[in-house]
Amino acid sequence: MTDSLTGTARSDFPADADLSDDTLVRVDNLVKYFPVKGNGMLGRTVTNVQAVDGVSLTIKRGKTLGLVGETGCGKSTLARCIAGLIPATSGKVYFEGKDITNLSRGAMRPFRRDIQMIFQDPYGALNPRRRVGSIIGEPFAIHNTASGADRKRAVQELMERVGLNPEHYNRFPAEFSGGQRQRIGVARALALRPKLIICDEPVSALDVSIQAQVLNLLADLQDDFGLSYLFIAHDLEVVRHVSDSVTVMYLGRIAESGPGDQVYDHPRHPYSAALLSAAPAADPDSAAARQRIILTGDVPSPINPPTGCRFHPRCPKAQDLCGTAEPALEAKAGDPVSHLTACHFPVETGEILARAGRREQR
Amino acid sequence: MNILRFLVRRIITGIIVLWLVATGTFFLFFAAIPVETVARNLAGRSASPQVLNQVIRYYGLDKPLIVQYGHFLGKLATGNLGKSFYTQEAVTTIIKQDLPPTISLVIGGMVLWLIAGLAVGILSATRARSLFDRFATVGVLAGLSAPTFVVGELLIIFVFVQLNNHGVSFIQTGYSSSPLTVPWFGQMILPWVTLAIVQAAVYTRLSRGSLLDTLGEDYIRTARSKGLTERRVLYRHAVRSAMTPVVSQLGIDVGTLLGGVIVTEQVFSLHGLGYQIVAAIPQGDQPVVIGLVLLAAAFVVVANIVVDMSYSLLDPRVRIT
Amino acid sequence: MSVTELQFQAASVQDAPAVAIQGRSQWQLTWRRLRKDRVAIASVVVILLMIVFALGAPVIAAIVGHPVDQAYPNIGQNSFGNPVGPGVHGFPLGTDEIGRDLLVRIAYGARISLFVGLLTTAIATVLGVTLGLVAGYFGGVIDAILARFFDAALAFPFIILALALASRFRPSLTIVIAVISFFSWAGISRIVRGQTLSLKEKEYVEAARSLGAGPTRIMFLDILPNLLGPVLVLATLYIPTAVVFEATLSFLGIGIPEPAPSWGNILGEAQSFYQVAWWYIVFPSLFLLITTLAFNLLGDGIRDAIDPRTERIFAGSKATRGNRGRRGKRGQLNLDQAIVVGQGGDQLANLPVTNAGGDVTP
Repeated sequence: MTDSLTGTARSDFPADADLSDDTLVRVDNLVKYFPVKGNGMLGRTVTNVQAVDGVSLTIKRGKTLGLVGETGCGKSTLARCIAGLIPATSGKVYFEGKDITNLSRGAMRPFRRDIQMIFQDPYGALNPRRRVGSIIGEPFAIHNTASGADRKRAVQELMERVGLNPEHYNRFPAEFSGGQRQRIGVARALALRPKLIICDEPVSALDVSIQAQVLNLLADLQDDFGLSYLFIAHDLEVVRHVSDSVTVMYLGRIAESGPGDQVYDHPRHPYSAALLSAAPAADPDSAAARQRIILTGDVPSPINPPTGCRFHPRCPKAQDLCGTAEPALEAKAGDPVSHLTACHFPVETGEILARAGRREQR
Repeated sequence: MNILRFLVRRIITGIIVLWLVATGTFFLFFAAIPVETVARNLAGRSASPQVLNQVIRYYGLDKPLIVQYGHFLGKLATGNLGKSFYTQEAVTTIIKQDLPPTISLVIGGMVLWLIAGLAVGILSATRARSLFDRFATVGVLAGLSAPTFVVGELLIIFVFVQLNNHGVSFIQTGYSSSPLTVPWFGQMILPWVTLAIVQAAVYTRLSRGSLLDTLGEDYIRTARSKGLTERRVLYRHAVRSAMTPVVSQLGIDVGTLLGGVIVTEQVFSLHGLGYQIVAAIPQGDQPVVIGLVLLAAAFVVVANIVVDMSYSLLDPRVRIT
Repeated sequence: MSVTELQFQAASVQDAPAVAIQGRSQWQLTWRRLRKDRVAIASVVVILLMIVFALGAPVIAAIVGHPVDQAYPNIGQNSFGNPVGPGVHGFPLGTDEIGRDLLVRIAYGARISLFVGLLTTAIATVLGVTLGLVAGYFGGVIDAILARFFDAALAFPFIILALALASRFRPSLTIVIAVISFFSWAGISRIVRGQTLSLKEKEYVEAARSLGAGPTRIMFLDILPNLLGPVLVLATLYIPTAVVFEATLSFLGIGIPEPAPSWGNILGEAQSFYQVAWWYIVFPSLFLLITTLAFNLLGDGIRDAIDPRTERIFAGSKATRGNRGRRGKRGQLNLDQAIVVGQGGDQLANLPVTNAGGDVTP
């Protein structure tokens, strides 16, 4: 279909073209610490919340990278650093080869057309005081790409594209359901035909049946517009469904990453294995056959992370080495080069992890 | 230990504030004005040339501004607030003379409004939406809408004059008696009520709202379900927490208190500090004005520190920052 | 049920259609509630009457036949040289101490009082909102300085400053307006700043930033519309404060200079005549009280129309009868729907009305 705004036919990408060599985003050892200050206005920095501690990843053009992890593992922070909403403490973010780390607002502006975001909370992500048409049309206003009747037409086209009734142009967000609001968010993100859309748990707050609709929409849009997604979620089934490659984060670091099927079928990191074992399985028989790995203990605080491998206090396979040496992120024996794991004692194929005992933090 | 550090920090801040106010005052009255005019301002409208010279010498007005500023601060540090050339008295003497009526007014008024405000507020909250509450609400609104001086004047007309016309001479205007005597009460009762009515309305509304909020909290429900009597629940638990906004309001009110005092003294001819400062303006007696302004600032600073301290003592959750 | 299976279901399920009613903006809803509030309507009527009264002062003077500055020592004073009472010799409300018509003076006084009240509130609101937004949005050093400034302006008894200024310069209308505006905006700023601080964390603000919106755009298009409700309530409640402030200054002789009449300076002169001319005190007082009461009730009504959950001072209308039982959470300012929730403890309930009668502080 033809893009009325730019006149190009973006869906002209051949469906089977191999674009995997085309890296859209490259993140290089990104670190984000949030300082915890002492008392008073001029308090010294007492300690840091190590939200993201050295993460590297790539997002390919037209593909979806799924990012999973528990609450507090730093995935949202990472996303915002990539989007330029939060300044990174160190490390680099490259977009189409250009360095966009910590750019000034003016320098970042052109990139804002290409990098967009969809947020988790359909109720919070839209200004309740503004009409939907104004919300979706805002990108056009900010970047001066269309105005007046043109803008309205473009907005209504977008609304139609995401499955909303264009006649509701003048309504307020309060008059829409959660799923519809999320569509509004998608329309807004789509307005300037971005190349990358960062989806921060876009379906977590929706009913399951609505989730499917929104996911379908996102998939369709990806096909039509050649979008790349950074898809953040904590629901593994959802991530599996939408992602081409998956990265598992734990406490600010990457535990495992690789092509989706690889990670799901052959998880190497005990954490990934535990996560996957906890995901509800559709088939009750296979669910019964599956061993549940139960992790004990709470997620440690990112202010004072464990030494060595951060997962070692909860890991059923942990040994002394794990508390002292940080494991490197590398392909383990027998894995394809793209499947990386950060573990000293990765899970072997067919290995069944015993119930984990509680470990002391070293 | 914390409290001591807090106190020291607040005192230092207070001194800085006072210094800023003093500097501001200095610039307002001494800077960018020809020497002649300053002298005339300080000496009073009807000063003779000799007095003017006296003034110039006393304040060193012919010297550079910096020197004057230094003198100014120096005198302040030693507690010398200058001299009223109008009456030829030291300002500090004037202040001492005018202190008693003001203090009587402030203390009596404060006691009255706190008692009235809190009592009505608590009773209203516990009898929410009853007839009492409705009346109290109307009263609060009336109190909130009325300026102090209007209340004062209306009280004079409807209470003082009426009583006098019927031969009751208990209530007097002015201030002449020694404190705590019957005539003193007679002179102070109307000013107290005037000062207190508006503030009482504020505190009634504040304590009522705060108490209603507190009574809705879960821990109160727990206390009740434990079997404590309503009275105990109320006074030992609810009221204590509900008092925090009241104390913060006290902090803010310290500032407005001065305004209320000035007006009340004016209406009832109480020759206190407020009356003095208002009288000094048409007389052109600037030293008095300057001195009283600085005194007022000092009062506000000190009172704020006191209120902040009691605030943190009352609510242990407020860590002294 | 896996997401895949839900997908098939979803394809056949329609999203719930949006409500068919025409969407109403928050303001339309507020207006409807306000219209039903009898007390608020009455207040508006009173205020309008007062404005007509003020504007029609020359007309009143013409009808009565006594110009505002004209003294009538013969018919306007009795044998002791004291003012004459209402109805005597054609003076509807009596005379003042030099025989001027009191009604006419009160009418002209209304002009000054209302003019000062409305103008200073307008100035204070514009200034206060802008500075509050800037302080709240930018944070950091700017906020630190501005916030200290607000606190100082609020804590300092400005009657003292007004007195100092009057001692240094001669009292005039300009000084009065300047002083009142200067001290009024701090209160508005502080509240606006507080709300901005919390609003800027909202996701839709983050979304706007991710679109590339600049600070000005975000402040005025995203944050400000969510503040308008409370700001309107505040402004309405500040008007009587300003009126009282002016009256008090004039009463003390440092406000509007003679011979221009203001309710304050009329009452200042009237003071000495309490024994012989009750009307001289009672009538101006009445006008002053009615005006401030009307504005306070109106402000209360607007606040209730914006959020019916707040407990009203004077709940008498049908619109609020059903709502009396409900109370919002303590002190919470929920601005997504521009709702003011909470009662005596929150700043909104406290600040301006407190000072309408509390003399000269906003």
